[in-house]
Amino acid sequence: MEAAAGPGPGPGPGASPEEPEAPERRRKAHGMLKLYYGLPEAEAAAPGATPDPRDPTDLNGAHFDPEVFLDKLRKECPLAQLMDSETDMVRQIRALDSDMQTLVYENYNKFICATDTIRKMKNDFRKMEDEMDRLAATMAVITDFSARISATLQDRHERITKLAGAAGAGRGGGAAGERGGRGRGGAAAERGGRGRCRVGPCPRRCPQSSFAGVHALLRKLQFLFELPSRLTKCVELGAYGQAVRYQGRARAVLQQYQHLPSFRAIQDDCQLITARLAQQLRHKFRYRLLGFPSPQPPLPPGPRQLVPWYGPLPRPVLTSVSPPYRDGGAGAPELAECVELLLALGEPAEELCDEFLAHARGRLEGELGSLEAELGPSSPAPDVLEFTDRGGSGFVSGLCQVVASYQELFSAQGPAGVEKLVAFARELGSRYFALVERRLAREQGSGDNSLLVRALDRFHRRLRAPGTMLPAAGLTEGATEIVERAARERLGQHLQGLCAAFSGCLTDVRQALAAPRLAGKEGPGLGELLASVSGAILGHIKASLAAVHLFTAKDVSFSNKAYFRGEFCSQGVREGLIVGFIRSMCQTARGFCDSPSEKGGATPPALLLLLSRLCLDYETSTISYILTLTDEQFLGQDHSPVTPVSALCGEARETARRLLTHYVKVQGLVVSQMLRKSVETRDWLTTLEPRNVRAVMKRVVEDTTAIDVQVGLLYEEGVRKAQSSDSSKRTFSVYSSSRQQGRYAPSYTPSAPMDTNLLSNIQKLFSERIDVFSPVEFNKVSVLTGIIKISLKTLLECVRLRTFGRYGLQQVQVDCHFLQLYLWRFVADEELVHLLLDEVVASAALRCLDPVPMEPSVVEVICERG
Amino acid sequence: MEDDAPVIYGLEFQARALTPQAAETDAIRFLVGTQSLKYDNQIHIIDFDDENNIINKNVLLHQVGEIWHISASPADKGVLATCYNQTSDSKVVTCAAVWRMPKELESGSHESPDDSSSTTQTLELLCHLDNTAHGNMACVTWEPMGDGKKIISLADNHLLLWDLQESSSQAVLSSSTALEGKGQLKFTSGRWSPHHNCTQVATANDTTIRGWDTRNMSQIYCIENAHGQLVRDLDFNPNKQYYLASCGDDCKVKFWDTRNIGEPVKTLDEHSHWVWNVRYNHSHDQLILTGSSDSRVILSNMVSISSEPFGHLVDEDDLSDQEEHHQEEKSKEPLPDSVIATYEEHEDSVYAVEWSSADPWLFASLSYDGRLVINRVPRALKYHILL
Repeated sequence: MEAAAGPGPGPGPGASPEEPEAPERRRKAHGMLKLYYGLPEAEAAAPGATPDPRDPTDLNGAHFDPEVFLDKLRKECPLAQLMDSETDMVRQIRALDSDMQTLVYENYNKFICATDTIRKMKNDFRKMEDEMDRLAATMAVITDFSARISATLQDRHERITKLAGAAGAGRGGGAAGERGGRGRGGAAAERGGRGRCRVGPCPRRCPQSSFAGVHALLRKLQFLFELPSRLTKCVELGAYGQAVRYQGRARAVLQQYQHLPSFRAIQDDCQLITARLAQQLRHKFRYRLLGFPSPQPPLPPGPRQLVPWYGPLPRPVLTSVSPPYRDGGAGAPELAECVELLLALGEPAEELCDEFLAHARGRLEGELGSLEAELGPSSPAPDVLEFTDRGGSGFVSGLCQVVASYQELFSAQGPAGVEKLVAFARELGSRYFALVERRLAREQGSGDNSLLVRALDRFHRRLRAPGTMLPAAGLTEGATEIVERAARERLGQHLQGLCAAFSGCLTDVRQALAAPRLAGKEGPGLGELLASVSGAILGHIKASLAAVHLFTAKDVSFSNKAYFRGEFCSQGVREGLIVGFIRSMCQTARGFCDSPSEKGGATPPALLLLLSRLCLDYETSTISYILTLTDEQFLGQDHSPVTPVSALCGEARETARRLLTHYVKVQGLVVSQMLRKSVETRDWLTTLEPRNVRAVMKRVVEDTTAIDVQVGLLYEEGVRKAQSSDSSKRTFSVYSSSRQQGRYAPSYTPSAPMDTNLLSNIQKLFSERIDVFSPVEFNKVSVLTGIIKISLKTLLECVRLRTFGRYGLQQVQVDCHFLQLYLWRFVADEELVHLLLDEVVASAALRCLDPVPMEPSVVEVICERG
Repeated sequence: MEDDAPVIYGLEFQARALTPQAAETDAIRFLVGTQSLKYDNQIHIIDFDDENNIINKNVLLHQVGEIWHISASPADKGVLATCYNQTSDSKVVTCAAVWRMPKELESGSHESPDDSSSTTQTLELLCHLDNTAHGNMACVTWEPMGDGKKIISLADNHLLLWDLQESSSQAVLSSSTALEGKGQLKFTSGRWSPHHNCTQVATANDTTIRGWDTRNMSQIYCIENAHGQLVRDLDFNPNKQYYLASCGDDCKVKFWDTRNIGEPVKTLDEHSHWVWNVRYNHSHDQLILTGSSDSRVILSNMVSISSEPFGHLVDEDDLSDQEEHHQEEKSKEPLPDSVIATYEEHEDSVYAVEWSSADPWLFASLSYDGRLVINRVPRALKYHILL
């Protein structure tokens, strides 16, 4: 301002003189501006003049009061001073006016400039308003679009909001687990994840990974949303495995959040698809089960294709060529896959097992049925080897497969599943066994052991596979049992066969014995007959042993079973077959000694003799030979007690003895019947004086001779006591006569009653008691002695029942002498014949009304003549 | 033991006929008939003094012929029947007659044996059983338990039932039947059953045993081929009405249940020659006595088919507890069927064995040489049965 004032138009009157006061003035001006602008004026007051700013008399002060100022001036100041103050005042006022003018001039341009600027601003603002309007319009459009988009996305938005909320809430649970599962990746993850889905919550994510967690969650959610479609696609493509994997992955989550509608919907969809999938898998499963290769086009769902598989099962055509399911081995993995998938789908394993087994059952039953058909009465029975072969290749291998695939498929099912299989195998196995047994039962008639053994071998061998696979089903045991039973039966049959052969031999012998009799020549062939019988039986035994030996052959699968190594050899073959046969032979032979043949006739005596010799031969050599043979062939490891050879020999010997004794009885009976008839039918009182030996006696001697010959064919001579020359014949007559004299003319007196008794007792003191029917020894002499004893004793008893006339007695005398002449040579002790004949004559004498004996010489003459 | 030693009595003649005096229940008495063609035959009445082991005998003459069979009346001690041979020059006929012995001999004698010869007495003939139409008499048997009025005799193939009337002085043939068939059928033996009111008789001919009903003389049963050879003798079990024992030339003794004749109940095969005689003990029917021409007598204990298969049932009142216990033990373990004893005192064929009618533990056997042996059941067995 000072600059402006300087150059400005001339200052007023006072300006030039007041130059010393200019700085002060300036200061005053500044102060006033400061006052105007309100700024604190620190140095406003002069250092001595105006120290108090509140001095109302300070002209430059803020609290200036003109009245006070004036008062003060008037009161204090003289006129001069008043006049000075007035001039000072006027000059200051003039300075101020000029300052004022200078200021106005100085700021005018600035006003102009400002006005211009404001005018320009006005224009600009108008432009801006237009722009703003356009902007508003555009914004409205945007808002509109935005609203529409929002409306469109509203649905999704809500769902996502829910999902996000839910997933966020459940992050600790399934979702996190899912993430964990996914993290592993690959095929292994499916299984692991499947398992892990149900496992409990994972540890909480650490905060820094929460973002990744959210991301994963979102991906998970996306997966879930896409699941149904993916599944459908998989099913359509037949990628069942993939579908199942997806399903498995999602299932747990879906299960867990099924209360949320969105998840529920997904779940329902999935379930539907899964059901279809399961159905298809099942069809495939069944189809595979039936043994067909997997159907070529992947199964589109729908009943159209299902019908044929629900219909009657296509029966496997049973030709000997491989049945359809035999190539089922190739389909097994597929089947396994099916099962695995079905299991993964949560199909109840039990049901699958059942279905599997039911199908298997159907197939195997078909197999059994065809086997059974072969057993039918109409069809010609195939030979047993073929039968077991068919059973082996059909049923057993089928069973094997079933067992194998079952174990493979359902191995995870634990003991319950195994139990099912065991029950299954056991039941079908037992049916198979029953069939085999029926078939084996038919084999009873046939004698071909090798075929049977081979068949049994096949049978047993075949069953080893399922047996080892499934030990609990007891198939091996069952098979072994059947084989054992068959072996036992076979043994029984052989025993029967041997017995039959034996009785056949006996029949042959009977016929042979009957035949030569007709030709008039008797018994020359007895030795040969014995040899042939013995040989035939031995041959049969050897044949049986050889046949039975097949059971223990090294290459037979069951020959190393305990039974065949031990019991079969010792108890079965040795005891059952050989000892049994020998026993039964002895028994059969002994049977001839019993009641039916008592009447004679029934059994030809020669047969008895032959059997007796046979048994004796057995006792001496054959039994030990056979048993040695058996023991050599059948080296059993069984140490159960067996019948010792000696016991059998004893039995055979006893049998031989009984047979021979019986032979003696029968032959004795034949002879004694002749004698008895001859005594009983004759009237001894009125008989004529004897001229001849009676024909009966000759017949007796003839028969005895024949018997002697017969026995001589089979038995050795034996020992005679005091074999003497024919001089004994002569001594007999004398001896006999003298004895007779003494006997039938007793000096009987009633007063001495003991005399006769004494006499006879004394006589008997010198002779031993004669056991008439006593056991005989195994030699000819003993046999003949027995027969003669029986005959003569009968003669004695019969004579005692009769009453004789004189000639009757004499006839007896003649007869007895005759017998003595010819019979002594047959017996061991001729004294015996003497004794008995003496008794006969003595008894006849006692029973004689007129006991006059014939002269011994006459008797001799008659006898020699006759 | 001394008491168990056999007592032997010898007759002078051959003998086949033996019978206990059936009506006598106190004294042990047997009758023996002799067989002699030359001399007068005798009936020996043998009294056995059990306490002193002494035999007393009385001899009665039986002059009509040799005695083949003898039987005593069950009702009258003095009455007996014999079958005897009557021989003429060219003919032998077996007859039967009923006799009465002298009164004083009925219940034993007190005379010494020394003067027996001087006081030989004779039988009084009561009546003949007329056999002129029927043939040889093989056997006479009295109605057991009866009053001694009924007799059955077997004559060849006829079965004759006689009524003895007027003190047995007259025998009236009340009924008869004949065996018809091929060949010469001949009864060998007969036995009257004590059961069924004495209406049954069993006979033997050849190998066949037949049962007869005496009321109408009809055949009840017929066991064909009962033995392999001739059937020699029969006896009824005194306590079991359907049981019958038989023996024969096949050396066997068989036991039959007449209700089931297909098979014998039991067979004994102990003798080595024809078995001529079989007898049940009258009181203890497990005791069987058999006599055979192998000169042996065998006593068997057939417990299993007896009426006392579990031992003798004793009143247990007078037994102490201990004894009772003992008794029970014994009852539980009966002896097995077995041969108790074989008696070998005879040296000739034994044709007759008989139990005493008075003492159930005593029996007699008779061999052809005239030896009569009196034996007892072994004491051990006796006590076993009794206790």
